[in-house]
Amino acid sequence: MALLKVKGLTKRFAGLIANSEIDLEVPQGCLFAVIGPNGAGKTTFFSMISGFLGSTAGSIEFDGRDVTRLRQDQIAAMGLVRTFQLVQLFKGMSVIENVEVGCHLATRGGVAASLLRPAWFRKQEIEVRERANELLAFVGLGSQAEQDAELLPYGQQRLLEVARAMASRPKLLLLDEPAAGLNTQETEGLARIIQKINSQGTTVLLIEHDVGLVTRIAHRIAVLDFGRKIAEGTPNEIKVHPDVIAAYLGVEETPNA
Amino acid sequence: MTSLSITSLKPAVPAARAQLDWFQIGLLAVCGVLTAGALIYGGYLLTVFQLAMIYGIFCIGLNFFMGYTGQASFGQNAFACIGGYGSAILCVQYGWEPALALIASMAVAGVAALIIGYPTLRLRGHYLAMATFSLGLITYDISIQWTSLTQGYMGYSGIPPLGIAGFEIESERWKLVALVVLLGLAFWISQRMRDSRFGRGLRAISGSENGAAALGIRVPRFKLIAFVIAALYASAAGSLFAHTVGFISPEVFGPQMSIITFTMLYVGGVGTMIGPIVGAIVASLLPEVFRGVGRFQDIAYAVVLLGMLIYAPKGLSTLGKLFRPRKEKGA
Repeated sequence: MALLKVKGLTKRFAGLIANSEIDLEVPQGCLFAVIGPNGAGKTTFFSMISGFLGSTAGSIEFDGRDVTRLRQDQIAAMGLVRTFQLVQLFKGMSVIENVEVGCHLATRGGVAASLLRPAWFRKQEIEVRERANELLAFVGLGSQAEQDAELLPYGQQRLLEVARAMASRPKLLLLDEPAAGLNTQETEGLARIIQKINSQGTTVLLIEHDVGLVTRIAHRIAVLDFGRKIAEGTPNEIKVHPDVIAAYLGVEETPNA
Repeated sequence: MTSLSITSLKPAVPAARAQLDWFQIGLLAVCGVLTAGALIYGGYLLTVFQLAMIYGIFCIGLNFFMGYTGQASFGQNAFACIGGYGSAILCVQYGWEPALALIASMAVAGVAALIIGYPTLRLRGHYLAMATFSLGLITYDISIQWTSLTQGYMGYSGIPPLGIAGFEIESERWKLVALVVLLGLAFWISQRMRDSRFGRGLRAISGSENGAAALGIRVPRFKLIAFVIAALYASAAGSLFAHTVGFISPEVFGPQMSIITFTMLYVGGVGTMIGPIVGAIVASLLPEVFRGVGRFQDIAYAVVLLGMLIYAPKGLSTLGKLFRPRKEKGA
């Protein structure tokens, strides 16, 4: 069953067509990747799916419901949670507090509950802390829990963002270029974490620039170029796809083209 | 980017939330000692500290909106105005009990904040600051012009002191004690709200609105609640001012009030737990300290404020952090 179904998704910024009629189906449990050269429209595509940006045309169906016109927080509440290419950590909060914010959707209670502190609320606060500790251990940040989040090195900030997104128990995790700016070693660690998340039952949609990483871990890959989907298939199919090679390496210009 | 592993740090201990460091506990203790000193010494200092406590309550509320949620509001004096005039009118004209008038005024201010905040909070940054500032100016004008309700520049006098069930606090010393207790209560309530799912949501918004929304936090709603909380605190502070001083006029709740409370919040530390209290006390005391230098008083005050902004840009209550790394190195 497809968890995410995208049909004819299009985005125009005035004259510029950033995304043109993209169709995509992400099956439940899949580790799906969208790749493409810089400026191919990957992030635009992602922003529309997560409700961060409105679409010009087309529809997005998630978990059997049309989410095309929903707000970002409503989409998140349905279980589609994203991370950002430019890390959006909560400054002024510690590492563990960042993850605790991630538990927002998996918990309940507002001002009244915080003032009255009924038993269930106190229990929930303890659970939130435990879950945050677990997730930090999972991504390998267990020893930095009480540190200021903004003081973490860049690679660890990315891991923290993944842990924070996982705290909301998403059905579909959208990762926007999680390996951008990471060194080989860090990318390796991240790849293992993504695979682990996926094997534990979370569907992952990954946008990536690093073809090497993607072909190693993804089950299925879609390729965008100039706002269009030019190919889709298994990593092995994609590696030899002529259009993909052309998009990444360029083609020799023929005089009559 | 290197993968520096900071293994020297202590392993995570599931500690209780929102711990104050020793420096902050020390600061609170100093504030406590100063207040106790004022209680013993008496006289004019009592009034200074009474006002400091009231401003402290105001700032705790403002800290929710400006500190935790990270939004600018220059118009919270509007809600203090509602509180002050609400208390004055209900008590003087209609003979209500002060405590009841205070709560009723808070309700009015809360509803007003809800109605005003709903459209206004769509604005961000400078625009929000301008809109809230004009809100403060408008209420100030109303309090001058609507003479049938507010008695214009004359203001209200003879407002009864705080009390409950016929018992009134007449002594200036006991008034200060009551205000200290109320400040403590206000602080306790704010701590409970801060250390919860709700409070974390607010602080996430100040960190990154996009990040917060992506995790399912309803940003506009949270901002509005923070605005209302700030208004409730401001209204309570306005009422307490009326009951403590016994007289109010439009100037009391003018734009000046926003500037003073801003100063307090920044001196103490915006977004910190004890910043509002420390800031309110320090910024209330400074002018008194400089009274001795005569006509250079304002200049001395400004110089000290500037010094604080340069050397403690995140507020006095965060100064303790500066010393900690050195200690750890030495250990």
